[in-house]
Amino acid sequence: MKNFQIIRALSSKSAVSSIAKENSAMFIAGGTNLVDLMKKNVVAPDKLIDINGVDLKKIEFLTGKVSIGALAKNSQVAEDKVIKEKYPLLALALAAGASQQIRHMASVGGNMLQRTRCSYFYNTDMPCNKRVPKSGCGAIGGSNRMHAIFGASDSCIAVHPSDMCIALAALEATVLVEGPKGKREIKFTDFHRLPGNTPEKDNTLLEKEIITSIEIPTNNFTKNIHYLKVRDRSSYAFALVSVAVGLDIQNNTIQDARLAMGGVAHKPWRLTEAEEFLKGKTVSEATFKKAADLAMKGARSYGDNDFKLTLGPNAITEALTIAASK
Amino acid sequence: MAAKRTIRNKAIEEESGSSRRDFIKKSGLLTALALAPPSLVMASENKWDEKIAEYLETVPLSLEVNGVKHTLNIEPRTTLLDLLREQLLLTGTKKGCDHGQCGACTVHVNGTRILSCLSLASMQQNAQVTTIEGLSQGKKLHPMQEAFIKNDGFQCGYCTPGQIMSGIACIKEGHANSREEIREYMSGNICRCGAYHNIVDAITEVKEGGKAL
Repeated sequence: MKNFQIIRALSSKSAVSSIAKENSAMFIAGGTNLVDLMKKNVVAPDKLIDINGVDLKKIEFLTGKVSIGALAKNSQVAEDKVIKEKYPLLALALAAGASQQIRHMASVGGNMLQRTRCSYFYNTDMPCNKRVPKSGCGAIGGSNRMHAIFGASDSCIAVHPSDMCIALAALEATVLVEGPKGKREIKFTDFHRLPGNTPEKDNTLLEKEIITSIEIPTNNFTKNIHYLKVRDRSSYAFALVSVAVGLDIQNNTIQDARLAMGGVAHKPWRLTEAEEFLKGKTVSEATFKKAADLAMKGARSYGDNDFKLTLGPNAITEALTIAASK
Repeated sequence: MAAKRTIRNKAIEEESGSSRRDFIKKSGLLTALALAPPSLVMASENKWDEKIAEYLETVPLSLEVNGVKHTLNIEPRTTLLDLLREQLLLTGTKKGCDHGQCGACTVHVNGTRILSCLSLASMQQNAQVTTIEGLSQGKKLHPMQEAFIKNDGFQCGYCTPGQIMSGIACIKEGHANSREEIREYMSGNICRCGAYHNIVDAITEVKEGGKAL
């Protein structure tokens, strides 16, 4: 690993003003992804700004919403009693990600900013448009079993790796950020972006901006919810396909529905058409299958990941069935 | 306790003349010297370059490991794992994958289990670290160490320090209420020998024993 300078920031304001002066500086929180990327020389900052001393760890239950500080640890959120009761989909998704050691280290903001685990992105001997713009994509025509089936481009078919973010997309969270030009809010589903011609950009954060917290509105998705994660082993592996489901069922009729998929796109993939279809329908296997078919419209595979075209709708149907039966 | 052990380890090394670790270090240095251009050898003999580099590139760090306070100067890029193994010579914590995928490097920082390979030591100012060396009380093993021996919770033993540190935390966190829950919350610790069944036995036994950990 290339050596670097490290300084500690004690407020989000000082963190932003510290980074504003630097050309090659990065924030570090839990470090679970960044330290790994630095070891592999995928990123090599000259300076790290350690933000762990900034007071952004609180989970606050406010009127109509919960506010979760960007430095709250993944395990802290996953095991919070009130989160488990009022936002169980988020707790489930968090518990499905990484291992307990990593969840103890990883922050909520860092989870959102983690990079893809595409093997071409990590291997500096291979071309990768995300790592080195215009160098090409090794995964297209290469080993692409883990890769995207929605929203990919000729530049990049990598997938977003987080589980937590799939639940946050379904729960319509908001991201609060602070930068040299002040504070602003970003809709969660607008936070991550599709690769297009600029896959080096994972999200819509502007340069030198820092995430300070996320907010989730109060909702009725407390009972009929599920996070189904299909992976190569039963724990501690990235998703081949995952599905976050929130259903609001009254008298066997679906009043409201939220659906998002992981492991299939460059961002958490919200299934709005299937959600609209489900609203007002009676719970039945046929309804769920139809919703899954609608969700798969426009899917495209790249060889090794052809199986996701079948696994995807099966996972959606399964997740809906489990959620409805709770 | 740990301080006594370190002294004892040193005594053993002195008695035997030089340890295997010293031999590897020395032979590595000889190889480096043999391959280095003459100007570099001159510079390194005077150690000026090293001193300047150290001054510019290190940061002060105070932390406590197994109850012993350390005040050090370290490169910011030093991981907690490398600090423990290479500078404090606590080689019980193992380097498996060095990328957060195997759990062999699991230690407790301020009472929480974390991966030392993905932690920068420079971010551990004033931290209290516990490693496998800090568990026993003199010759009396920790209940989890006893249980691993009794239940055959290992074969080659390489993942064992990480498994034990993780197992203790798994119980303390309240995630050892069933075999399924133990397996899920121990999934960050890989055992290539496949001793998982016996590891779960050991953790279950300690949990049911109800001793303070």
